[in-house]
Amino acid sequence: MRGSPVSISAPVLHARNLSVEYFVEQQWQNVLRDVEMCIEPREIHGLVGESGSGKSTLGLALMRALSSNGRIVSGSIVFEDRDITQLSTSELASIWGRRISFVPQNPMEALNPSLTIGRQMSELALILGAETARAALEQSISLLETVQIPDPGRIVSRYPHQLSGGMLQRVMIAMALSSRPAIIILDEPTTALDLTTQATILDLLRELIQREGTAALYISHDLGTVAELCDSITVLYAGEIMEFSAVAKLFAQPVHPYTRGLIACLPNAVRGRDSRLQTIGGIAPSLSERLEACVFSERCPYATDTCRKEKPPLIPLDPSESGGTLVRCWHWERILDHHEAEAAGRSSSSPPLGNGKEKYALKEWESTLFSARNIRKSFIENPGLAGLWGKKKQVLHAVEQVNIDIAAGQTVGLVGESGSGKTTFARTIVALNEADEGSMCLRGFELSSSLSARKHEILRGIRMVFQNPGDALNPYHTVGFAIGRTFKKLNPKALSQSQIRQEVFEILNQVGLGPDYYHRFPNQLSGGEKQRVAIARAFAAAPSLIVADEPTSSLNVSVQAVILNLLKDLRSQQNVSYLFISHDLEVIEYLSEYIAVMYLGEIVEQGITQDVMAPPYHPYTEALLAAAPSTDPTLRRKRIRLKGEIPSPREKPRGCPFHTRCQHFIGKICEETVPPLRKSGTGHQIRCHHDLDTLIELQKESFP
Amino acid sequence: MISYIIRRLALMALSLLITSILIFSLTQLLPGDVAKLVLGRDASPTAVQNFNEQFGLDKPVIEQYGRWITGFITADWGISYTAGSPPVRPLVLTRMANSLLLALATLLIAIPFSIIMGVVSALKEGSWVDHSISIVSLSIVGLPEFVTGIVLINFLALKLDFFNATSMVTPGQSILEWVQVLVLPALTASLVIGGYITRMTRASMLMELKKPYVRTALLKGMVWTRVVYTHVLRNALLPTITITAISFGWLMGGLVVIENVFNYPGMGSLLVTAVNFKNIPVLQSISMIIVFFFSLANLIADLLYAYLDPRIRLG
Repeated sequence: MRGSPVSISAPVLHARNLSVEYFVEQQWQNVLRDVEMCIEPREIHGLVGESGSGKSTLGLALMRALSSNGRIVSGSIVFEDRDITQLSTSELASIWGRRISFVPQNPMEALNPSLTIGRQMSELALILGAETARAALEQSISLLETVQIPDPGRIVSRYPHQLSGGMLQRVMIAMALSSRPAIIILDEPTTALDLTTQATILDLLRELIQREGTAALYISHDLGTVAELCDSITVLYAGEIMEFSAVAKLFAQPVHPYTRGLIACLPNAVRGRDSRLQTIGGIAPSLSERLEACVFSERCPYATDTCRKEKPPLIPLDPSESGGTLVRCWHWERILDHHEAEAAGRSSSSPPLGNGKEKYALKEWESTLFSARNIRKSFIENPGLAGLWGKKKQVLHAVEQVNIDIAAGQTVGLVGESGSGKTTFARTIVALNEADEGSMCLRGFELSSSLSARKHEILRGIRMVFQNPGDALNPYHTVGFAIGRTFKKLNPKALSQSQIRQEVFEILNQVGLGPDYYHRFPNQLSGGEKQRVAIARAFAAAPSLIVADEPTSSLNVSVQAVILNLLKDLRSQQNVSYLFISHDLEVIEYLSEYIAVMYLGEIVEQGITQDVMAPPYHPYTEALLAAAPSTDPTLRRKRIRLKGEIPSPREKPRGCPFHTRCQHFIGKICEETVPPLRKSGTGHQIRCHHDLDTLIELQKESFP
Repeated sequence: MISYIIRRLALMALSLLITSILIFSLTQLLPGDVAKLVLGRDASPTAVQNFNEQFGLDKPVIEQYGRWITGFITADWGISYTAGSPPVRPLVLTRMANSLLLALATLLIAIPFSIIMGVVSALKEGSWVDHSISIVSLSIVGLPEFVTGIVLINFLALKLDFFNATSMVTPGQSILEWVQVLVLPALTASLVIGGYITRMTRASMLMELKKPYVRTALLKGMVWTRVVYTHVLRNALLPTITITAISFGWLMGGLVVIENVFNYPGMGSLLVTAVNFKNIPVLQSISMIIVFFFSLANLIADLLYAYLDPRIRLG
C-alpha cells in the first residue's frame, strides 16, 4: 500500500546534473559537480571512491540530508515521480525512514549511547504506524530476528555500547529495512567491522535486499566488497563521476584511467611478489581548486593538452545501448585499444601461476635477527564508576605464549582481526608495554622488557611505524625537526647541525619527498606523505627491525600501493627486517615471506608464506581467506562463515580459543584441552586438534 | 551500589581528615599571637597566660589538633575568641543554614534559566539570538559581583521598592519575607554562575547536535523538535551536572562579596572575619563545613552522572 506503483522500467531514483557545495573556510566550495546517477528497481548500485571523493556527500545529498553547511546548488533528484530537491521539510520527513532509509558507516556513533536499542527501534516502529509502545517493541524484536540476532528479547533492553559493531550494524540494517523502503542507502556499512563480520553482514545484506526487492546504493572505498555485492558501479573522483559500468564489465575491462589505476594498485593484482605494485602518482585536487580541466588530468598517464584545457563529458561507450558503460575521458578509445593489445601480448607470454612464489621457499634465512619466546601480556581493568553497579576488576589476556623468530632481511606478516592482540604484541616488542613474562632477543642479546632499561643501541635497532601517521607525528614539529631528532638522539656519533640536516635531506629523498618538505608541518601533508615521514623517521635510526602496525590501513588504496612499494624498496636497500601487522591477508601475502596468524592473543598458525597460504590451513586462517572479498569475479571460493564474533579477551574460551566459532569443531576435546602444535617438515605450525592430513581433507572442497 | 556509596563516603571521611590537618596547620601559620590579637597589645602577661590556658594554646601542637578534631567529631566545636566567648557550633550552623538557603535559591534560579538560554543559543547557532545570548552571558561573567549586585539594588530594591536592599534573616519570618530577602543576593550569584552554565550548555549542545545519531534519528522520519527533546537534551545536559556541583561548592563558601554587598549573614563573610581576627575555632569549623559540602556535591554529581549515562553505569 505504500507509495505509488512504479512501472518496471522507471528508475527508483534518478539524479541529474547534481552539484553540491560545502561552506568551508568562509566560502562555498564545490564538492560534487554534474553527477548523474540512475538506480533501477532491485538494483544494488555501488559507489566507489577514495576518501575525499565526495561519495558520502553524494549519498546524503540524494536524500537531501546534507549537514547544515552543505547545499544542493543545481540538478534534480527524481524519486517516485517527485523531485526531492523541491520538497518541503515535512514532505522530506515523510519520505525519510519510510521510502528511503540509510545505514551509516559507524553504527556505534549512529545510535544514541544513552537510549536502549529497543527504545531507538520503537521510535521508528511508532512512526511507521505501530499503535502502542508495546506493539512497537514487539515489532522491533521480530525485526531483530530477521537480521539473525540471537536472543532479540534481551538485546532490546541493551544499550549500544554493550553490543559489538557487527551486532549494531545488524540493528541499523533491521531498522533500515523495516519500512520496506523503495531504496536503501548504505554508507560504508562494513568498513568499521572485522573481515569475518563483514563477510556475514554482506551475506545478510545480499539476502535481505533480494528478498525485500528494494534497490540499494552501496557506498564503499573497497573495490572487493563492491565487486561481491553490487550489480553496477559508479566510480567517483574529486566530486565527479569518472565511470559507470556493470560490475563484471568494470573489473574485466575498466575504461577510465582512474578506474584502471585503482584496480591495478591492489596487492592481489600482481602475481609473484617480486613485482612492484602499480601506483597512481600525485594527489587528488583539493576542494578549493575549481578545475576547468579534467579533474584527473594531473595524475593521468594518458593526459594530453586537451585534458588540461577542457573537461570531458560523461558519455556512453555505445550510444545505442541504454544503461551501458559511461565514461568521462577524452581518450577512452585509445586506452581500450592499448589495453587490448597489452592483454593479447600478455596471454602469449604469461608465466604459469605460482612461479613467483617458488623462490621464497628455497631461500635459506641465514641468521635469526629477533626472537620472542613465550611472551605474555595482560591488562587489569579497573571498573571505575561502573563499580557503583557492582562491576568487578577484570583481567584481559591480550597476548599469551607468543613465540616468533624474524630472520635478518625478512618480512614477517602478523595477521588477525581487531582484538586479536596484534597491536599489544607490537607494542610489547618496542617496550611501549612491559611484557609480563617471556624473553626477547635481538642478535642474541637479551632485551629488557622495560623501555627505560633499554640501551640506545637497542632503541636504535628496533623502530615502530604506527597505524595513524596523523597521530604519530607531533603537529608542532616540522618534518625536518621530527626526523632530525632521531638522528640527534640515537646516533652513536655526535653530528653537527648541518650534518643532521644533510642526513634528513638524504632520508627524505629515499622516501620520495623533496627537500622542500623539511620545513613543513604535519597538517600541510597528505595522509600518504605523513606516513612517508613516519617511515623516514623510523629509518633515520638505521634500525635492523621495523615493527609496522597497520601502516597502510588508514590510507587510500592508491596511496597504500605507494607505501607498500616504498617499504619494499627500503628493505632491499637497507637489509632491514619487518614485522608487518595487518588485518588484510592480501597485503600480508604480498609483502611477507613468513606469516603468523593470531587469534585472541595466541599464534594459531605460522610458517613461510606459501605454506600458510595453502592447505592445510588452521580453521581460522581458512575462514579469514574465505571472508576476504575478492575483485576477481572468476574466483569463487566456498563460503565459510564463522559463528558469532570474536569473543572478548576478558572472557577467553578455555581449551582451544577458537572452538566457539570453529567450522571444524570436534567436540569436548576442543572445549577442554589446549590443542597440540602440529608441525610439518618445512616448519609450518598449526595449533589444532585435527592433524594436518585431516585438515587437508576437510579443506579440499573449499580450496580445490 | 550500596557498597560503592559506602566506599565513597569513607573516602570522603578520609579527605575531610586530610583537610582538617591542612586547615589546622595553616591556622598555625597565620601571623601574630592569638592572645595579643584578641586581648589587645597591652594585655598583661598573666592575662595572656590565662587566655592560652583557657583555650589550650600552651599545649603541644599535636595535642591541640587531637583535642580539636575529637571535639569537632563529638559536636564540641569549641568557643569563639570573640567577646563573651560564645560557643562556635550554633554560630556556624546558623550561618551554614543561611548559606545553604542562598545556594539552593541561586541554583533554583540559575540552572533552569541558563539551560534554556544555552539550548536556545545552540539551536539558533550563528543567529542574532545566539550572538546576543553569548555577548550578554560573557559580559555578565566578566563583571565583578559587587557591580552586578549594586546595579540590582539600584533597580530592583531602590527604584521598585519591592525587595529589601539589605537582608537580615531571622527565624519566624514569613515565606514572603524570606523571598524578599533572598532574591537579590541569589539573583546576583545566579548571574555569575548562570553565564558560565549557559556557555557550557551551549558548547555541549553544539557538540551533541553534530553527532551522527542525530542524523540517524532525523532519517527515521522524526520531527526535529522531537529529536532535540528525546535524543539530544539528555546527553547534552550531562556536563551541566558537574558544573553545578562545582558551583555549589563556591556558593557555600565563596560568596564573600555578595554577602557583604547585601549584608547577608552567610558563611563567606564569617570566614573572612574569622581570618582577620585569627578566630581559629570558627575558621576551622567553617572550613570543614565548606569542604564537606563540596565533597558531598561532587559525590551526588558522580552518582547522578553515572545513573544517567549507561556507558558508566553498565561499563
